Amino acid sequence: MAKRTVIDPITRIEGHLRVEVEVEGGKVKEALSSGTLFRGFEIILKGRDPRDAGLFTQRICGVCTHVHYDASIHAVENAIKIVPPKNGRLVRNLIKAAQYIQDHIIHFYILHGLDWVDITKVLQADPKKAEELAYSAGSTYNAGRARFAEVKKKVENLVKSGQLGPFANGYWGHSAYKVPPEAVLLIVSHYLDALEVQRYGGQIMAILGGKEPHTQGLVVGGVTCVKDLLDPKRIGDVLFRFRKLKEFVDTAYLPDLLLAGQVYKDYGVQNVGAGHKNYLSYGDFRLSDDADRSNLFFPSGVILNGDLSKVHKFDPEKITEHVKHSWYKYADESKGLHPKDGVTEPNYTGLNADNTCKENEKYSWVKAPRYDNKPMEVGPLSRVLVAYASGNKEVKALVDYALKTLNAPASALFGTLGRTAARCIETKWLADTAEKWVGELVENLKSNDETFTKYSMPKEAMGYGLIEAPRGALGHWVSIENYKIKNYQCIVPSTWNFSPKDALGQRGACEQSLIGNPCVNKDQPLEVLRTVHSFDPCLACAIHIVRR
Amino acid sequence: MYKKISDQLRDLLSKCDSRLDELEETYPEKRGFREWLEFSGISRRSFLKWSAIMSSTLMLPPVFEKRVARAAEIASRIPVIWLHFAECTGCTESLLRSNNPGVAEIILQYLSLDYHDTVMAPSGEAAEKSLKDTMAKYKGKYICICEGSIPTKMDGKYLRVGTNAVTGLEKAKEVTKDAAAVISIGHCASYGGPQASYPNPTGSKSINEALGINSVIIPGCPYNSASLVGTILYFILFGKIPTTKSGRPVFAYGKRIHDTCPRRAHFDAGEFVREWGDEGAKKGFCLYMVGCKGPMTYNNCNIQGWNDDIASPIKAGHGCIGCSEPAFWDKMAPLEKPIQARILPGVESTADHVGWALIGISAVGMGVHAFYSHFKAKNKGVTKECCEEHQKEE
Repeated sequence: MAKRTVIDPITRIEGHLRVEVEVEGGKVKEALSSGTLFRGFEIILKGRDPRDAGLFTQRICGVCTHVHYDASIHAVENAIKIVPPKNGRLVRNLIKAAQYIQDHIIHFYILHGLDWVDITKVLQADPKKAEELAYSAGSTYNAGRARFAEVKKKVENLVKSGQLGPFANGYWGHSAYKVPPEAVLLIVSHYLDALEVQRYGGQIMAILGGKEPHTQGLVVGGVTCVKDLLDPKRIGDVLFRFRKLKEFVDTAYLPDLLLAGQVYKDYGVQNVGAGHKNYLSYGDFRLSDDADRSNLFFPSGVILNGDLSKVHKFDPEKITEHVKHSWYKYADESKGLHPKDGVTEPNYTGLNADNTCKENEKYSWVKAPRYDNKPMEVGPLSRVLVAYASGNKEVKALVDYALKTLNAPASALFGTLGRTAARCIETKWLADTAEKWVGELVENLKSNDETFTKYSMPKEAMGYGLIEAPRGALGHWVSIENYKIKNYQCIVPSTWNFSPKDALGQRGACEQSLIGNPCVNKDQPLEVLRTVHSFDPCLACAIHIVRR
Repeated sequence: MYKKISDQLRDLLSKCDSRLDELEETYPEKRGFREWLEFSGISRRSFLKWSAIMSSTLMLPPVFEKRVARAAEIASRIPVIWLHFAECTGCTESLLRSNNPGVAEIILQYLSLDYHDTVMAPSGEAAEKSLKDTMAKYKGKYICICEGSIPTKMDGKYLRVGTNAVTGLEKAKEVTKDAAAVISIGHCASYGGPQASYPNPTGSKSINEALGINSVIIPGCPYNSASLVGTILYFILFGKIPTTKSGRPVFAYGKRIHDTCPRRAHFDAGEFVREWGDEGAKKGFCLYMVGCKGPMTYNNCNIQGWNDDIASPIKAGHGCIGCSEPAFWDKMAPLEKPIQARILPGVESTADHVGWALIGISAVGMGVHAFYSHFKAKNKGVTKECCEEHQKEE
C-alpha cells in the first residue's frame, strides 16, 4: 500500500478503532480497519455460573448496554430448554425496543450528525426561515423562530468564547458539507433536544430493568420487575415515555433524516459505501411464546449481491470465523471455524515500523466471521432490506414513503445513506409498535402475573442465543459442564461489519464499503468517517472475543 | 484547645471564597453559563434549589449553597480531558443519562469537555490536536477523567491508540502528568473491571495501580453521575478532593446499600424472596436470599436513584451485585446466591486478602442475622420446608 492516511482514534463511536486508507484521485483505493484493544472475556468466563454470564457479558458494551445480557440469557435458556412466561417475553421486548429507539436517536444526532452538518453554518442561518423550513418539512419538535434564535445565539457565544470544547478542530468548512444553514440550525436544535429525549429510553429500561446503563432485571427464566408490573403507575410511566419517544421520532428524527437525505441524495443514487451488498439478519423480537424462532417481528433472512427478489433462509450452521488477518492463532488458518468449535489464542504480531498495519499479515483484534464463506453486512439496513424483500407491509410502507420523498429507487438504499435511513425507518417501526406491546402486557397481567419459569440447571448442556442488537446480528453460544461454563462464545455485530480480510482475501463489510468512497482532502477524511459511522461501530463489542 | 465550630466554619468559608476567586482568575473565559441555564429552561430558582441539594449531598452546611452555585458557574470553564482505556463506554453513557437533577447534566455537558472521544467532532490527527492544544494551553489546570482499566501485559500492547499507536499506559502517563486532578470513574478505572477478573489475561489494572498515582475513585458499573458532579464541585470549592475512605468520596460511598435499602424492613422481619417471581417478589420482600450483596456494598443507589431517580436494581426486584466493591465479579459470585455460597475456584490467589477477610466477616454476620430474622418469621407462619431449605444453605 502506498502512503496511507491513518485515522486513529476514530471518535464518536464506542471503543477503539483505527482505519487506514490509501487515497488516489480523491477516492479511496485501499482500506483497512483494525480493532486496537483486547480484553479477553472468554478466558474469564470459564468456570463461572451460567446464570452470571448475562450480567458479565453485558459489560462487553455499555452503549447497547442491554443486548448482550438479553442474548446471554437466551443462550442459557436455550441450553436448559425453557422459555420465559408471556410477561417475561413482553417485558424483554419492551426493554429492547426502548434500547433501540434511544440508541438510534443518539447515533443520528450525537454520533453521526456532525458528519453531515457543519455546525458553524448555524451562524449564517435565519431563524425565521428555519421556522418556515421546519413547518414545511414536518420537523416541528420544539420548533419556532424564538427557539432557533436562542440556539443560534448559543452557538455564537460558544464560538466567541474560543473554548469550543468537543467541537474544536472539527472539519468545519469542508466542501463535502452540503446542508444549507437553516436546515443545519434545525438539526442542531434537535441535537440539543435529542440529548434530553434519549433519557426517556433509559428511564423505560430502568423502570423495567433497575438501571441503565447496564440493566439488572433479567434472570434465566424470566424477569424480576414483577412488583413494578403490578403497579399501574409504573406501567403508566413506561407508556408515557414511549409516547414521548414516538413524538420525537415522528416530528424530528424522521423529517430531519429526510431533509438531509434530499441534500445527499447522490450518495444513495451512486451507491456510495455500498460494499459487498450481502445482508444478514438473524431476526428478533419474539411474537409468540414457543421455543422456536419462527414468529419474529424482525424477520430473519439473507440477501446476496443486492438481489432483493430473493430472501435466502438463514442457517446458523453456516457461520464460521477466520483469523488469517487477526491477532489469533488457529492450527489451520486457511479456513474458518464454527463458533461452537471456536478457538481463541492471542497472537499479537505488531505493526510496521511506521506504526501502520501490516496489511498482508495480521492487523486487527477483530476476527473475520463469514456466512457460507461470504462476508456479510449486519445492522438496520440488513434488517430493513430483509423485511422489505420479505414483503412486510409496515416496512414496505415506510421504505416506500422515504423513497418517494427522496424521489429515488429502492437500489438507493444500498450504501452509506441507506444505512443511516434504515436506522431511522426501523426506529419509527418500533416506536409505532411499542405502545401496542404495552397494551398486550396489561391485557395479560389482568389474568396472569407469572414472570418466571422454574428450572433446574442441567449438569451438561449446550445452547445459543441469536438476537438482533441495534447494530446488527448478535449471537452467544454457551456450553455447560458440571453446572459451570465450559465454553462461551459470541459473534457480535461489529465483528461482522469491522472484520479484517479472511483467508480467501475477501475484505470485511466496512473495508469493502470504503473502496471507491470519495475523500477530497486526505487531511480531513470527512467522507470516510461518514461511511465508517454509518455502521455505528461498537468496537468493545467486536473484540470481546469470548472463546474457550 | 479546639476551635469553636463557628470559627472552623468561618475558616472553611473564607478558604472556599478565596479558592473561588483564584479559580475565576485562572479560567477567565466566560461561557455564558447563566444563559445556558435560561436556554435549557432552568430558572434561577431551580438552579439555587439544585445548589441546596448538592450542598447536602456533599454533606456541607446550608451556608454553602451560594458558593456551590458559584462553583457550578466556574465549573463550566474548567477544561476536562476524558480518556478511554479498556472499557465499554457505559460510564460515558451514564453521563449522558444524567438528569438528577436536571442541571447536573448541563454542568457536565458544558464543563469544557475539550477531549472526549465519544462526543468530540474531530477524529484521528485532528482529535490528537485537540488533546495537545488543551494540554499545552492549560498545563497543570485541566481535570483528567479516566474511564477504563489499563492492560499491562505484553508491554501494554493489548491497547494501542492514536496515529503513533502509543499504548494505553503511555497515553495515561502523559496526560495525567500535568493534570490539576485525576478522577478515575467506574469499576474498571477504580478497580480493574471485568477484564481484570480472574485470571485477568491482559493484566488489566486500575488507574492508580497502573500509574502509581493516588486519584480519587468513583466506582460502580457504571457510577452514578451525581457522585462525579459532587466530586468535581468539591474540588472546585476547596481545591482538593472530598474526604475519602479507601479512595472513595465519603459523601457518596459512606453508607452501605443495606443501610439505605427500601426493602430493609423486610430483612428485619425475615421476609425474603425465595425464588424469582414468587409471592415474596410480588410483595417486594428482601432480596438477600436470591443473592443481594447490599450488606457488603458501599454506594448511594438507594439515595440517588438511577435514571432521573426513577429506579434502582433493588426497586426492580434484582439484588445488588456489589458493583462498587473491589473485584466483585470474583468475590461476590455467584451473583444469585447469598455470599456464603461462593464457589468460584482459584479466586483466592488473586483476591485482596484484607478486603476479602472483611467481606467474609460481614457475610457471616449477615448470615446469622438473616437466619435469626427468618426464624422469627417462621413463628409467624412461614412454612417449615422453607426454613429447612434455608438452614441447609446456611
